[in-house]
Amino acid sequence: MINTKSSAIRTEEMVLNMGPQHPSTHGVLRLELALEGEIITKVTPHIGYLHRCFEKHCEAMTYPQIVPYTDRMDYLASMGNELGYAVAMEKLLGIEVPQRVEYIRVIMAELQRIASHLVALGTYGADIGAFTPFLYCFRDREKILHLFEITCGARLLYNYIWVGGLSHDLHPDFVRKTRDFIKEFKPTIKELNDILSYNKIFIDRTANVGILPVKTAINFGVSGPNLRASGIKWDIRKDDPYSVYSKFDFDIPVGKGTHGTVGDSWDRYFVRILEMEESLKIIEQALDQLPDGDVQSAIPKRIKPNAGHVYGRVENPRGELGYFIISDGSTTPYRVKVRAPSFVTLQILGELCKGYMIADVITILGSIDIVLGEIDR
Amino acid sequence: MKNTEEILQALKENFPDFSFELKSDLPVEGFIICNPLVIDKISHFLHDNPELNFDSLINLSGVDEIKANQLSVYYHLESTELKHKLVLKVVTDRNSPEVASVTDIWKGANWHEREAYDMFGIKFLNHPDLRRILMPYDWEAGHPLRKDYENPEFYQGMKVPF
Repeated sequence: MINTKSSAIRTEEMVLNMGPQHPSTHGVLRLELALEGEIITKVTPHIGYLHRCFEKHCEAMTYPQIVPYTDRMDYLASMGNELGYAVAMEKLLGIEVPQRVEYIRVIMAELQRIASHLVALGTYGADIGAFTPFLYCFRDREKILHLFEITCGARLLYNYIWVGGLSHDLHPDFVRKTRDFIKEFKPTIKELNDILSYNKIFIDRTANVGILPVKTAINFGVSGPNLRASGIKWDIRKDDPYSVYSKFDFDIPVGKGTHGTVGDSWDRYFVRILEMEESLKIIEQALDQLPDGDVQSAIPKRIKPNAGHVYGRVENPRGELGYFIISDGSTTPYRVKVRAPSFVTLQILGELCKGYMIADVITILGSIDIVLGEIDR
Repeated sequence: MKNTEEILQALKENFPDFSFELKSDLPVEGFIICNPLVIDKISHFLHDNPELNFDSLINLSGVDEIKANQLSVYYHLESTELKHKLVLKVVTDRNSPEVASVTDIWKGANWHEREAYDMFGIKFLNHPDLRRILMPYDWEAGHPLRKDYENPEFYQGMKVPF
């Protein structure tokens, strides 16, 4: 007779490699999973497969030449990357940009936030097995990419926000088309909620999985929606305002633990839905107040900052994106370090996954929404 | 909310033996230079003191200052509760760069320090897992963000194309 008592069966720890080529790792990420049966005991992420030496490249280029390279870090939120670089450089140079430029930047950054969150939410559903919302999300994202395309000619990698200005003014149709998009998009958020957010199976898979307490999150330096889902109102747009964000009225959604515990995967998912609604509010206000002006009047002819260093940061869709730039007084930077939000966030994966099953690793990894392009830079 | 001068004063009172130097003549941001081997003690104080309460390490970056023959590390700290910020800098010798690790205090420092080790060869003492992070684990040609780095001709017997 077979003894089924677990104490009598000799178990051995197994090491399983997940990735680098795996659809649910959202890029080339290798996870080394140590398993006790199907229970995770340790997760070791191995990164660097997408390392393109961004920081080394910067040391060989002039300041304006760096802008297109920043696009390629977080390739789902290129406008945010450019905005971060522009904010840091303008702080270093001490230049003021026209109001119209700031308003257009905010509109672009918020549209990009919606587009980026749509990818995050759609692929999250697809990871867990809900394929329909994925197609809905990509359909709506395509409308935003169309708005970007009529503005600057590119769908994904824009080279649009320059130091001191923008590469193009808005297309004459832009304001009308954006208003149309907002009108069409509002009902689809409700649709997404009905089909995915409040779906019983989805809630069962995500609620109470991968709980991130707020103290741990801050200690690890987690930022953005992942931090807010743990229940703290921390948003650089409010707490350290840049550009013209202080002029708009919007809320900061936080995780409430509606279906489980505060800071679980469902909270991290739902905070992103709520954030899209807030972004719509900001865009509507910015379109109403949009001032006139020349978008290229403040672009410096030659960028040659004084010797010094600056840390400029913005709230990117994935969290705090910071540029630490050291200038030695020449036309090329001495050192550029990028504080990529996903790089910091991925460190907590081991903490979150401990004690859960392999299927939950997919859930947790999807919920922290990483982009390998900015982790490896 | 405290500014850099007040924080410097608090540090000087608490650590009379250590040397601190405030540099605020550069444009934009001032910073405090301190000793690389006691940065962990200083960080503990900054983290635990309720009036300073630096609960978050935003950024940690290595810099190669080849003209002065030194490597330095910049720490960007922030308090999410009191909303103040601080920049610390430590300077270490280029030939044997050693800095105390702050991983115990801010767990998020782990990968930042690994990156600084990978890119500059700065050794973080008492770091739990100091390996390369972005470059291949078996990369033997040195630390790429050093200013005098040269690309190797071969990597593991394969020709490096660029």
